[in-house]
Amino acid sequence: MILCYAEFDQNKLKNSTKELSSWCLEQKQNFACFGFAELTPEQKTDLENAGVPSYIQMTNTGDSYSSMGWGEALANLVSAKQSKAVLATSNTQTKEFVAAGIYKSQGSVVSDVIALSLDAGQFKAQKPLYAGKCISSIKFEGEGPVGILMRPNQIQVQTPESPSTIQIETFEASPSAPGCVLKISVKGSSEKQDLTEASRIVSGGRGMKEPENFKLLEDLADTLGATVGASRAVVDVGWVAHSMQVGQTGKTVSPNLYIACGISGAIQHLAGMSSSKVIVAINTDKEAPIFEKATYGIVGDALELVPKLNEAFKKAL
Amino acid sequence: MNIFVCIKQVPDTETKIQIQSDGQGIETSSVNWILNPYDEFAIEEALQKKEALGADKVIALSVGPERVTKALRSALAMGCDEALHVETPENLDSRQLTQALARCISKKGDAGLVLLGKLAIDTNEAFLGAQLAQEMSLPYVAAVSKLEVQSPTSLELTRQIEGGVTETYEMTLPGVVTANKGLNQPRFVSLPGIMKAKKKPLEKIDLASLELSDVPTKSVYYDFTMPPAKATVQMLDGDHSVEELVEKLRNEAKVI
Repeated sequence: MILCYAEFDQNKLKNSTKELSSWCLEQKQNFACFGFAELTPEQKTDLENAGVPSYIQMTNTGDSYSSMGWGEALANLVSAKQSKAVLATSNTQTKEFVAAGIYKSQGSVVSDVIALSLDAGQFKAQKPLYAGKCISSIKFEGEGPVGILMRPNQIQVQTPESPSTIQIETFEASPSAPGCVLKISVKGSSEKQDLTEASRIVSGGRGMKEPENFKLLEDLADTLGATVGASRAVVDVGWVAHSMQVGQTGKTVSPNLYIACGISGAIQHLAGMSSSKVIVAINTDKEAPIFEKATYGIVGDALELVPKLNEAFKKAL
Repeated sequence: MNIFVCIKQVPDTETKIQIQSDGQGIETSSVNWILNPYDEFAIEEALQKKEALGADKVIALSVGPERVTKALRSALAMGCDEALHVETPENLDSRQLTQALARCISKKGDAGLVLLGKLAIDTNEAFLGAQLAQEMSLPYVAAVSKLEVQSPTSLELTRQIEGGVTETYEMTLPGVVTANKGLNQPRFVSLPGIMKAKKKPLEKIDLASLELSDVPTKSVYYDFTMPPAKATVQMLDGDHSVEELVEKLRNEAKVI
């Protein structure tokens, strides 16, 4: 059985989890989703609409997240279900607890996977290495389970013709007491989707001239339902928060549409976004390296073009 | 007690990556190697918190071929007291690497805090810390941007995760923590620092002496390829470039 970690944004099943279940359905694999909380009715419906056959709710895992506690719980579940693989979205928490759980289960984990296949029971993954400058295939040798952490927006989500009737079971995981406690978890005010999972991103760099001009990007992002990102240069001078940084020392993103406004395209930035499906570059310098990675380019001032683009999108959408 | 910082040497971001003719890896001969940038945050934090934690020493350790001694010397020049080098061929399996680090740390003993960088910029892997914590049965928090010493055996750790969520943890030491950008401003290596580093102990450890157990399941990286070539950029100009862009995104690229 394959175990998929189900993640929700409030009551909605995350698109990145639907990608995992779509993959399992397409491969005709016996799979179940698991999580650490009781499902709300809306969450249950979402899982059924995604065609998920069963949900395993871990119990007795403590009141809050703990990397090693959840890792141990996952290892217990893997053992109980004799699971050969755990699929999850690549993010901070899964890189902790899925990695710890798979390691405890004598398995092997790989993160930032961009393609996954299964041939005669053998998993084969692909991931970018060296800041996206090359791509490596990864195969697994040995008996233990494999942990696959997928980058979001890599798998086409298929909605099954008819929803499933989900079986819900509980699993008493009871990990030993962790030496580390999550005391406070505060959600920021932004209702926007996180950069790493966003399917559309509008990003700004030095060419935006002033921190106030990021408002133009926010307006465009609102029209597109996109999330705003930034280059390292503007993070380092304090225009925007580090959480908005796209690049090697920021976030790695893979949206369907990435609009780079006033970003020259330093290698360290390209490392974080070059796997975006469609890249639009707007820059005054026609020699800027960002144009080498772009699908569409416009040479011009982002401060003039972004509002025009916003108006054009408003008309078209 | 001691603070251990596990470091990795990685190709400089600007380095041109060339694939070996057999496709099983990259050409390393022409690579410019640097200390993994996130590891600098880990080293800096260890040095800054040494006193508050009442630590005797900050010990840097690295696993890899002879070349990694350069990264260890950089760590010593920043101010680490000692360095340990486990000599191995390129690309040790991740489980063996974890075991090698854990054995070295327990051999040296008295680990109060183990620090690492959040991820290695070459493989983009970010779970060595989790594996090490599992191997050593210690608590673990990744990607912290704030570390406060509450007592010599307790830390308050803050981090930002996906979705704009800020988490604060209380950790009882010993424990494992990985460092994110924003944690501190790593110091520049000074000339006197480099001179001093030459006299500091850099101990070589033979991999065989660590008696690593067999690796159950391992991941094998093979078939390295260049990313698929992007079609040449379509430059749009003229008065209607913006409208043309919207039209192309809709009808050609089909992303809106």
